[in-house]
Amino acid sequence: MKKGVMRPGHVQIRVLDLEEARKHYVDLLGLIEMDSDDQGRVYLKAWTEVDKYSVILKEADEPGMDFMAFKCLNEAVLDSLAEEIRALGMTVTELPAGDLKDCGRRMQFVVPTGHTFELFATKEQTGKWGINNVNPEAWPRGLKGMQATRFDHCLMYGDDLEGNLTLFRDVLGFDLSEQVIDPEGNRIALFLTASMKAHDVAFIKHPEKNKFHHASFYLDTWQDVLKAADLISMTDTSIDIGPTRHGLTHGQTIYFFDPSGNRNEVFAGGDYHYPDHETVTWKAEQLGKAIFYHDRQLNERFLTALT
Amino acid sequence: MNAQRHFQIQVTNRQQAFSVPEGELLLHAMEKACQQAIQVGCRGGGCGLCKIKVLEGAFHTKRMSKAHIKEHEAEAGFALACRVFPESDLVIESDHFNDLSTQQTA
Ligand code: FES
Ligand SMILES: [Fe+2]
Repeated sequence: MKKGVMRPGHVQIRVLDLEEARKHYVDLLGLIEMDSDDQGRVYLKAWTEVDKYSVILKEADEPGMDFMAFKCLNEAVLDSLAEEIRALGMTVTELPAGDLKDCGRRMQFVVPTGHTFELFATKEQTGKWGINNVNPEAWPRGLKGMQATRFDHCLMYGDDLEGNLTLFRDVLGFDLSEQVIDPEGNRIALFLTASMKAHDVAFIKHPEKNKFHHASFYLDTWQDVLKAADLISMTDTSIDIGPTRHGLTHGQTIYFFDPSGNRNEVFAGGDYHYPDHETVTWKAEQLGKAIFYHDRQLNERFLTALT
Repeated sequence: MNAQRHFQIQVTNRQQAFSVPEGELLLHAMEKACQQAIQVGCRGGGCGLCKIKVLEGAFHTKRMSKAHIKEHEAEAGFALACRVFPESDLVIESDHFNDLSTQQTA
Protein backbone atom coordinates (compact mmCIF):
# COMPACT_ATOMS: atom_id res chain seq x y z
CA MET A 1 0.00 0.00 0.00
CA LYS A 2 1.39 3.40 -0.97
CA LYS A 3 2.22 5.55 2.03
CA GLY A 4 3.61 8.62 0.28
CA VAL A 5 7.20 7.50 -0.38
CA MET A 6 7.85 8.56 -3.96
CA ARG A 7 11.33 7.72 -5.24
CA PRO A 8 15.04 7.47 -4.41
CA GLY A 9 16.10 11.04 -3.63
CA HIS A 10 19.82 10.89 -2.99
CA VAL A 11 22.76 8.82 -1.81
CA GLN A 12 25.84 10.11 0.03
CA ILE A 13 28.94 8.14 -0.95
CA ARG A 14 32.27 8.28 0.92
CA VAL A 15 35.40 8.39 -1.22
CA LEU A 16 39.12 8.31 -0.46
CA ASP A 17 40.03 11.04 -2.94
CA LEU A 18 37.48 13.65 -3.92
CA GLU A 19 39.23 14.74 -7.14
CA GLU A 20 39.49 11.18 -8.46
CA ALA A 21 35.85 10.57 -7.53
CA ARG A 22 34.69 13.77 -9.19
CA LYS A 23 36.44 12.75 -12.41
CA HIS A 24 34.82 9.31 -12.25
CA TYR A 25 31.26 10.41 -11.53
CA VAL A 26 31.32 13.46 -13.81
CA ASP A 27 33.57 12.52 -16.73
CA LEU A 28 32.83 8.78 -16.87
CA LEU A 29 29.25 8.38 -15.58
CA GLY A 30 28.21 11.72 -16.99
CA LEU A 31 26.68 13.19 -13.85
CA ILE A 32 26.55 16.96 -13.63
CA GLU A 33 28.25 18.88 -10.83
CA MET A 34 25.66 21.18 -9.25
CA ASP A 35 27.14 22.50 -6.03
CA SER A 36 29.51 21.96 -3.11
CA ASP A 37 29.36 22.91 0.57
CA ASP A 38 31.61 24.06 3.41
CA GLN A 39 32.07 20.44 4.53
CA GLY A 40 33.73 19.83 1.17
CA ARG A 41 30.87 17.71 -0.14
CA VAL A 42 30.16 17.73 -3.87
CA TYR A 43 26.56 17.57 -5.17
CA LEU A 44 25.81 15.86 -8.48
CA LYS A 45 22.77 15.01 -10.56
CA ALA A 46 21.86 12.95 -13.60
CA TRP A 47 20.43 15.00 -16.42
CA THR A 48 16.78 13.81 -16.45
CA GLU A 49 16.27 14.44 -12.73
CA VAL A 50 14.20 17.47 -11.78
CA ASP A 51 15.62 17.90 -8.27
CA LYS A 52 18.89 19.77 -7.86
CA TYR A 53 21.01 16.73 -6.96
CA SER A 54 20.91 13.00 -6.25
CA VAL A 55 24.51 12.00 -5.49
CA ILE A 56 26.65 13.56 -2.77
CA LEU A 57 30.37 12.74 -2.60
CA LYS A 58 32.26 13.13 0.64
CA GLU A 59 35.94 12.50 1.27
CA ALA A 60 36.60 10.11 4.17
CA ASP A 61 39.00 7.48 5.52
CA GLU A 62 36.69 4.61 4.71
CA PRO A 63 34.72 4.27 1.45
CA GLY A 64 31.06 3.21 1.55
CA MET A 65 27.62 4.73 1.87
CA ASP A 66 26.68 7.28 4.53
CA PHE A 67 22.95 7.23 3.77
CA MET A 68 20.30 6.81 1.09
CA ALA A 69 17.19 8.99 1.05
CA PHE A 70 13.70 8.69 -0.39
CA LYS A 71 11.66 11.68 -1.43
CA CYS A 72 8.09 11.74 -0.08
CA LEU A 73 4.97 13.42 -1.45
CA ASN A 74 4.82 16.21 1.13
CA GLU A 75 5.96 17.37 4.56
CA ALA A 76 2.94 15.84 6.33
CA VAL A 77 4.00 12.39 5.12
CA LEU A 78 7.38 12.88 6.84
CA ASP A 79 5.77 13.40 10.23
CA SER A 80 3.32 10.52 9.95
CA LEU A 81 5.99 8.07 8.71
CA ALA A 82 8.44 9.20 11.40
CA GLU A 83 5.79 8.47 14.00
CA GLU A 84 5.13 5.01 12.57
CA ILE A 85 8.85 4.20 12.49
CA ARG A 86 9.18 5.29 16.14
CA ALA A 87 6.24 3.03 16.98
CA LEU A 88 8.45 0.10 15.85
CA GLY A 89 10.86 1.09 18.62
CA MET A 90 13.37 2.71 16.25
CA THR A 91 15.02 6.09 16.74
CA VAL A 92 14.27 8.80 14.18
CA THR A 93 16.43 11.93 14.11
CA GLU A 94 15.14 15.07 12.44
CA LEU A 95 17.87 16.97 10.60
CA PRO A 96 17.10 20.64 9.93
CA ALA A 97 16.54 22.16 6.50
CA GLY A 98 19.83 23.29 4.98
CA ASP A 99 21.95 20.55 6.58
CA LEU A 100 22.20 19.31 3.01
CA LYS A 101 22.26 22.22 0.61
CA ASP A 102 18.86 23.37 -0.65
CA CYS A 103 17.13 20.37 0.94
CA GLY A 104 14.31 20.57 3.48
CA ARG A 105 14.28 18.78 6.82
CA ARG A 106 15.13 15.07 6.74
CA MET A 107 13.98 12.23 8.96
CA GLN A 108 16.95 9.91 9.47
CA PHE A 109 16.96 6.39 10.95
CA VAL A 110 19.07 3.23 11.01
CA VAL A 111 17.24 0.22 9.57
CA PRO A 112 17.58 -3.33 11.00
CA THR A 113 20.42 -4.22 8.57
CA GLY A 114 22.41 -1.28 9.98
CA HIS A 115 22.12 1.07 7.00
CA THR A 116 21.15 4.71 7.45
CA PHE A 117 18.11 5.89 5.49
CA GLU A 118 16.30 9.18 5.38
CA LEU A 119 13.03 10.66 4.19
CA PHE A 120 12.58 14.19 2.90
CA ALA A 121 9.90 16.02 0.94
CA THR A 122 11.47 19.29 -0.20
CA LYS A 123 14.52 19.97 -2.36
CA GLU A 124 15.23 22.77 -4.76
CA GLN A 125 14.09 21.84 -8.26
CA THR A 126 16.35 23.01 -11.02
CA GLY A 127 14.55 20.95 -13.68
CA LYS A 128 16.04 18.56 -16.19
CA TRP A 129 19.54 19.66 -17.05
CA GLY A 130 19.89 21.49 -20.36
CA ILE A 131 16.23 20.92 -21.29
CA ASN A 132 13.38 23.39 -21.19
CA ASN A 133 10.14 22.32 -19.55
CA VAL A 134 8.14 23.90 -22.38
CA ASN A 135 8.49 22.27 -25.80
CA PRO A 136 11.44 20.23 -24.50
CA GLU A 137 14.03 18.85 -26.91
CA ALA A 138 14.83 15.11 -26.76
CA TRP A 139 18.13 15.45 -24.91
CA PRO A 140 20.69 18.08 -24.04
CA ARG A 141 23.98 18.49 -25.88
CA GLY A 142 27.19 18.43 -23.92
CA LEU A 143 26.60 15.33 -21.80
CA LYS A 144 29.73 13.39 -20.87
CA GLY A 145 30.75 9.73 -20.80
CA MET A 146 27.99 7.22 -20.15
CA GLN A 147 25.38 10.00 -20.01
CA ALA A 148 23.59 8.39 -17.04
CA THR A 149 19.95 9.47 -17.04
CA ARG A 150 19.02 8.99 -13.37
CA PHE A 151 20.15 7.65 -10.01
CA ASP A 152 17.98 4.53 -9.90
CA HIS A 153 18.57 2.36 -6.81
CA CYS A 154 21.10 0.97 -4.33
CA LEU A 155 21.86 -2.60 -3.26
CA MET A 156 23.06 -3.16 0.29
CA TYR A 157 24.29 -6.17 2.23
CA GLY A 158 23.20 -6.81 5.82
CA ASP A 159 21.93 -9.33 8.33
CA ASP A 160 18.33 -8.68 9.40
CA LEU A 161 16.36 -8.88 6.15
CA GLU A 162 13.06 -9.73 7.86
CA GLY A 163 13.38 -6.59 9.99
CA ASN A 164 13.94 -4.53 6.86
CA LEU A 165 10.98 -6.18 5.13
CA THR A 166 8.65 -5.23 7.97
CA LEU A 167 9.91 -1.66 7.94
CA PHE A 168 9.92 -1.08 4.19
CA ARG A 169 6.75 -3.00 3.30
CA ASP A 170 4.49 -2.54 6.30
CA VAL A 171 5.55 0.94 7.43
CA LEU A 172 6.99 2.73 4.42
CA GLY A 173 4.58 1.19 1.89
CA PHE A 174 7.06 -0.48 -0.46
CA ASP A 175 6.09 -3.63 -2.40
CA LEU A 176 8.31 -6.71 -2.39
CA SER A 177 8.69 -7.06 -6.16
CA GLU A 178 11.22 -9.91 -6.09
CA GLN A 179 12.85 -12.16 -3.53
CA VAL A 180 15.35 -15.01 -3.29
CA ILE A 181 14.45 -17.90 -0.99
CA ASP A 182 16.88 -20.51 0.36
CA PRO A 183 15.96 -24.22 0.64
CA GLU A 184 14.79 -23.70 4.25
CA GLY A 185 12.39 -20.98 3.09
CA ASN A 186 14.39 -18.02 4.43
CA ARG A 187 14.57 -14.86 2.37
CA ILE A 188 18.17 -14.11 1.35
CA ALA A 189 17.41 -11.20 -1.00
CA LEU A 190 14.74 -8.49 -1.08
CA PHE A 191 13.94 -6.25 -4.04
CA LEU A 192 11.65 -3.45 -2.90
CA THR A 193 9.81 -0.82 -4.92
CA ALA A 194 7.82 2.30 -4.08
CA SER A 195 6.98 2.85 -7.73
CA MET A 196 6.50 0.96 -11.00
CA LYS A 197 10.21 0.25 -11.20
CA ALA A 198 11.42 -3.29 -10.52
CA HIS A 199 13.33 -1.99 -7.51
CA ASP A 200 14.08 1.25 -5.72
CA VAL A 201 16.28 -0.46 -3.12
CA ALA A 202 17.48 -4.04 -2.60
CA PHE A 203 19.07 -6.04 0.21
CA ILE A 204 21.11 -9.26 0.22
CA LYS A 205 21.72 -11.34 3.31
CA HIS A 206 25.21 -11.08 4.74
CA PRO A 207 26.60 -11.65 8.25
CA GLU A 208 27.91 -8.08 8.72
CA LYS A 209 25.70 -5.03 9.09
CA ASN A 210 25.81 -1.87 7.01
CA LYS A 211 27.70 -3.00 3.91
CA PHE A 212 27.32 -1.19 0.59
CA HIS A 213 27.17 -3.19 -2.64
CA HIS A 214 26.36 -0.68 -5.38
CA ALA A 215 24.69 2.51 -6.50
CA SER A 216 22.96 2.13 -9.84
CA PHE A 217 22.20 4.53 -12.67
CA TYR A 218 19.77 4.11 -15.53
CA LEU A 219 20.66 4.15 -19.23
CA ASP A 220 18.13 4.06 -22.06
CA THR A 221 19.28 1.08 -24.12
CA TRP A 222 21.45 -2.05 -24.26
CA GLN A 223 23.57 -0.20 -26.81
CA ASP A 224 24.24 2.42 -24.14
CA VAL A 225 25.35 -0.34 -21.74
CA LEU A 226 27.80 -1.60 -24.39
CA LYS A 227 29.09 1.92 -24.90
CA ALA A 228 29.52 2.23 -21.14
CA ALA A 229 31.62 -0.96 -21.26
CA ASP A 230 33.78 0.59 -23.99
CA LEU A 231 34.30 3.70 -21.89
CA ILE A 232 35.28 1.56 -18.87
CA SER A 233 38.02 -0.04 -20.98
CA MET A 234 39.13 3.23 -22.57
CA THR A 235 39.60 4.81 -19.14
CA ASP A 236 41.13 1.66 -17.58
CA THR A 237 38.39 1.78 -14.93
CA SER A 238 38.13 -1.18 -12.54
CA ILE A 239 35.58 -3.62 -13.98
CA ASP A 240 33.57 -6.12 -11.95
CA ILE A 241 31.42 -8.00 -14.47
CA GLY A 242 29.40 -7.49 -17.61
CA PRO A 243 27.89 -6.44 -19.89
CA THR A 244 25.33 -9.11 -19.07
CA ARG A 245 21.72 -9.50 -17.92
CA HIS A 246 20.34 -10.05 -14.44
CA GLY A 247 17.78 -12.81 -13.85
CA LEU A 248 16.34 -10.79 -10.99
CA THR A 249 14.49 -7.82 -12.58
CA HIS A 250 15.96 -8.86 -15.99
CA GLY A 251 17.90 -5.62 -16.37
CA GLN A 252 20.83 -5.43 -18.80
CA THR A 253 23.80 -4.38 -16.78
CA ILE A 254 27.46 -3.74 -16.18
CA TYR A 255 29.20 -3.45 -12.79
CA PHE A 256 32.38 -1.47 -12.19
CA PHE A 257 34.09 0.36 -9.34
CA ASP A 258 34.75 4.00 -8.54
CA PRO A 259 38.39 4.92 -7.73
CA SER A 260 37.75 4.27 -4.00
CA GLY A 261 36.31 0.81 -4.55
CA ASN A 262 32.60 1.61 -4.30
CA ARG A 263 30.72 -0.46 -6.84
CA ASN A 264 28.61 1.27 -9.50
CA GLU A 265 26.12 -0.19 -11.95
CA VAL A 266 24.65 1.20 -15.12
CA PHE A 267 21.74 -0.72 -16.59
CA ALA A 268 18.91 -0.60 -19.11
CA GLY A 269 15.54 -2.26 -19.46
CA GLY A 270 14.16 -4.60 -16.84
CA ASP A 271 10.74 -5.53 -15.53
CA TYR A 272 8.01 -3.31 -14.08
CA HIS A 273 5.83 -3.74 -11.03
CA TYR A 274 2.23 -2.77 -10.21
CA PRO A 275 0.82 -3.08 -6.67
CA ASP A 276 -1.33 -6.07 -7.68
CA HIS A 277 1.66 -8.03 -8.99
CA GLU A 278 2.60 -11.11 -7.04
CA THR A 279 6.18 -11.17 -5.70
CA VAL A 280 8.56 -12.86 -8.16
CA THR A 281 10.60 -15.60 -6.47
CA TRP A 282 14.04 -16.93 -7.35
CA LYS A 283 15.31 -20.01 -5.54
CA ALA A 284 18.76 -19.89 -3.97
CA GLU A 285 19.65 -23.10 -5.87
CA GLN A 286 19.49 -20.90 -9.02
CA LEU A 287 21.25 -17.91 -7.46
CA GLY A 288 23.90 -17.81 -10.18
CA LYS A 289 21.26 -17.44 -12.89
CA ALA A 290 19.24 -15.04 -10.74
CA ILE A 291 22.17 -12.66 -10.47
CA PHE A 292 23.96 -13.23 -13.80
CA TYR A 293 21.47 -14.67 -16.27
CA HIS A 294 24.00 -15.54 -18.97
CA ASP A 295 26.99 -16.87 -16.99
CA ARG A 296 24.62 -18.63 -14.55
CA GLN A 297 27.26 -18.46 -11.87
CA LEU A 298 28.34 -15.85 -9.39
CA ASN A 299 31.79 -14.38 -9.42
CA GLU A 300 33.26 -14.53 -5.92
CA ARG A 301 33.68 -10.74 -6.00
CA PHE A 302 29.90 -10.18 -6.15
CA LEU A 303 29.59 -11.62 -2.65
CA THR A 304 32.80 -10.35 -1.05
CA ALA A 305 33.83 -7.00 -2.58
CA LEU A 306 31.84 -4.53 -0.48
CA THR A 307 32.49 -1.12 1.05
CA MET B 1 67.40 4.95 -23.61
CA ASN B 2 65.94 4.55 -20.17
CA ALA B 3 65.33 0.95 -19.29
CA GLN B 4 62.40 0.81 -16.88
CA ARG B 5 63.18 -0.70 -13.50
CA HIS B 6 61.26 -3.79 -12.46
CA PHE B 7 60.79 -5.12 -8.95
CA GLN B 8 60.41 -8.83 -8.17
CA ILE B 9 57.46 -9.73 -5.94
CA GLN B 10 57.59 -13.02 -4.10
CA VAL B 11 54.28 -14.26 -2.67
CA THR B 12 55.41 -16.74 -0.04
CA ASN B 13 52.09 -18.34 0.90
CA ARG B 14 51.27 -19.04 -2.77
CA GLN B 15 54.83 -19.81 -3.90
CA GLN B 16 54.40 -17.45 -6.84
CA ALA B 17 56.44 -14.57 -8.15
CA PHE B 18 55.93 -11.79 -10.69
CA SER B 19 57.50 -8.48 -11.53
CA VAL B 20 56.13 -4.94 -11.22
CA PRO B 21 57.46 -2.06 -13.34
CA GLU B 22 58.50 0.95 -11.25
CA GLY B 23 55.60 3.37 -10.76
CA GLU B 24 52.92 0.71 -11.21
CA LEU B 25 50.47 -0.54 -8.63
CA LEU B 26 51.24 -4.01 -7.33
CA LEU B 27 47.82 -5.59 -7.97
CA HIS B 28 47.46 -3.97 -11.38
CA ALA B 29 50.82 -5.38 -12.48
CA MET B 30 49.89 -8.82 -11.16
CA GLU B 31 46.70 -8.84 -13.21
CA LYS B 32 48.54 -7.68 -16.32
CA ALA B 33 50.99 -10.57 -15.81
CA CYS B 34 47.96 -12.95 -15.68
CA GLN B 35 48.98 -14.11 -12.21
CA GLN B 36 46.58 -15.05 -9.44
CA ALA B 37 48.62 -14.70 -6.30
CA ILE B 38 46.43 -12.10 -4.59
CA GLN B 39 42.62 -11.85 -4.50
CA VAL B 40 41.24 -9.07 -6.69
CA GLY B 41 38.21 -7.06 -5.64
CA CYS B 42 37.49 -3.38 -6.21
CA ARG B 43 41.06 -2.33 -7.12
CA GLY B 44 40.41 0.95 -5.29
CA GLY B 45 41.45 0.43 -1.69
CA GLY B 46 37.89 -0.03 -0.47
CA CYS B 47 36.96 -3.71 -0.14
CA GLY B 48 40.02 -5.25 1.55
CA LEU B 49 40.07 -8.38 -0.62
CA CYS B 50 43.66 -7.77 -1.76
CA LYS B 51 45.04 -7.35 1.78
CA ILE B 52 48.67 -8.48 2.06
CA LYS B 53 51.48 -8.39 4.59
CA VAL B 54 54.79 -7.09 3.36
CA LEU B 55 57.54 -9.11 5.01
CA GLU B 56 60.54 -7.52 3.29
CA GLY B 57 61.14 -4.52 1.07
CA ALA B 58 60.18 -0.86 0.63
CA PHE B 59 56.95 0.56 -0.76
CA HIS B 60 54.56 3.46 -0.47
CA THR B 61 50.78 3.46 -0.76
CA LYS B 62 47.84 5.55 -1.86
CA ARG B 63 45.12 6.12 0.75
CA MET B 64 43.56 2.83 1.95
CA SER B 65 40.24 2.17 3.71
CA LYS B 66 40.67 2.44 7.49
CA ALA B 67 38.10 -0.33 7.79
CA HIS B 68 40.68 -2.77 6.40
CA ILE B 69 44.03 -1.27 7.35
CA LYS B 70 44.05 0.12 10.86
CA GLU B 71 47.01 2.26 11.90
CA HIS B 72 48.73 -0.49 13.87
CA GLU B 73 48.29 -2.86 10.92
CA ALA B 74 49.93 -0.39 8.54
CA GLU B 75 52.84 -0.17 10.99
CA ALA B 76 53.06 -3.98 11.00
CA GLY B 77 53.40 -4.05 7.20
CA PHE B 78 49.80 -4.78 6.20
CA ALA B 79 48.59 -3.05 3.06
CA LEU B 80 46.05 -3.27 0.24
CA ALA B 81 47.92 -4.51 -2.83
CA CYS B 82 45.79 -2.38 -5.17
CA ARG B 83 47.20 0.75 -3.48
CA VAL B 84 50.84 -0.36 -3.14
CA PHE B 85 53.69 1.07 -5.22
CA PRO B 86 56.77 -1.13 -4.68
CA GLU B 87 60.06 0.72 -4.26
CA SER B 88 62.25 -2.40 -4.14
CA ASP B 89 61.86 -6.15 -4.52
CA LEU B 90 59.21 -7.34 -2.05
CA VAL B 91 58.48 -10.51 -0.13
CA ILE B 92 54.77 -10.60 0.69
CA GLU B 93 52.06 -12.81 2.09
CA SER B 94 48.56 -12.64 0.52
CA ASP B 95 45.12 -13.86 1.68
CA HIS B 96 44.76 -11.59 4.71
CA PHE B 97 41.18 -10.49 3.82
CA ASN B 98 39.04 -10.42 6.98
CA ASP B 99 41.94 -11.91 8.93
CA LEU B 100 40.56 -10.96 12.33
CA SER B 101 43.79 -11.79 14.17
CA THR B 102 45.45 -8.73 12.62
CA GLN B 103 42.64 -6.32 13.47
CA GLN B 104 42.94 -6.33 17.25
CA THR B 105 44.70 -3.34 18.66
CA ALA B 106 48.12 -4.12 20.02
S1 FES C 1 40.94 -4.95 -4.37
FE1 FES C 1 39.54 -3.93 -3.00
S2 FES C 1 40.92 -3.07 -1.58
FE2 FES C 1 42.27 -3.85 -3.08
FE1 LIG D 1 21.44 -3.00 -9.26
